Amino acid sequence: MAVTVKTFSSASEAAGALSSDRSARYLGGGTLVMRALNEGDVTISTVVRAHDQALTRIDASGPRVTLGAGVTFARILAERDLAFLHAPARSIGGPAVRNMGTVGGNLFAPNPYGDFTVALLALDATVAVQGGFGARDIPIEEFLQARDRQAGTLVLSVSCTRPASNEAFHYRKIARIKPKGGSVITLAAHLPVSGGRIAGARIALGSMAPTQIRARAAERALEGRALDAATIAAAASAAAEGTSPSDNALGSAWYRREIVGVHLRRLLSGQE
Amino acid sequence: MSKIPLQFRHNGRDVAIFVDGGTNLLVALRELIGDMTPKFGCGQGGCGTCSVLIDGELHLSCLTLAETVAGRAVETLDGMKQGPNLHPLQRAFADHFAAQCGYCTPGMLMAATALLRRNPKPTLEEIKVGLDGNLCRCTGYTGIFEAIQACAVGAK
Repeated sequence: MAVTVKTFSSASEAAGALSSDRSARYLGGGTLVMRALNEGDVTISTVVRAHDQALTRIDASGPRVTLGAGVTFARILAERDLAFLHAPARSIGGPAVRNMGTVGGNLFAPNPYGDFTVALLALDATVAVQGGFGARDIPIEEFLQARDRQAGTLVLSVSCTRPASNEAFHYRKIARIKPKGGSVITLAAHLPVSGGRIAGARIALGSMAPTQIRARAAERALEGRALDAATIAAAASAAAEGTSPSDNALGSAWYRREIVGVHLRRLLSGQE
Repeated sequence: MSKIPLQFRHNGRDVAIFVDGGTNLLVALRELIGDMTPKFGCGQGGCGTCSVLIDGELHLSCLTLAETVAGRAVETLDGMKQGPNLHPLQRAFADHFAAQCGYCTPGMLMAATALLRRNPKPTLEEIKVGLDGNLCRCTGYTGIFEAIQACAVGAK
């Protein structure tokens, strides 16, 4: 079925078109929306695009990093200042998908995809969106909880604070085909250390719930403690708490619950 | 619904076609231009056999909205042939038994082209990463990797 394609020169015009049409979807890199069209998704009758340079801007010079929603994973991998995001970017797709797929689109990628968003959730990112009522910044956790109701808003950019050190940020994707396969589970942890103790632990999990979620029980086990074997063991045993994974072809919900603690322990203890 | 006029460069030649809204580049290439070298595999971005180069960058044509290539340069396997002669990469694929059923070959060759342009002397590991988005269900990949290694700069 043919769809109407509307192309705008500014993101705000595109946001206006999205908010006024429930059956409109924003086309970024195409890896989600074109796939849906190829599969005959009749709920999409309008495709909205924008040629706005602001959407493809990277600001990585300072401690606060901002990525335009249209920034591709290939561009992140080409940016030396974004080295802390290279592991999650590299874990997505093959080279062609990384040339196409975008940071903004990844926020909407359903399980078993959306790995980059797991990293952003652990880094406490902020999502800038524009809807019919103007632009606003939303904490990524709030954005994800309301993701299904985000139709009608356009993501402009994502920003996060650079981790204090390379050792403070950890990322791991478990896939059956390495590295590009769909995620069995994905883990990211940001553990800033202050005076030898973890302060502000954030652990994010992919494929452990309908959207990416934080492992709050594991965070509590880490907070205020030194990252030693006993602390890691406590966090690992709490990893599955509060999760609600599903069965799919890559793994069962039971299997995901069984392995999440194992992989969290390996992630935090620096094992391959 | 009205058709959308679209012009772009296809293997160094200007083409002008009319597409329906939402048409993907793969359909435009195969059905409107008659270039049958990119194949339809999965339509989901999982197999890589529809791979083409857009402004020299590897893309999946089945996930590319045709209109987005307006004014850009699209390269497909069809542009690789050199008259009656095979391109050295094609020759190497034949010599190293890198194709059995051949359905993945157009995508493999485009991904290999993108890789070799960016990195003329890739290691085996870099070849594996460069072809990571392309599935082959026949060869077991070894012949494909050997063919690309044989085309790397400095290879005998």
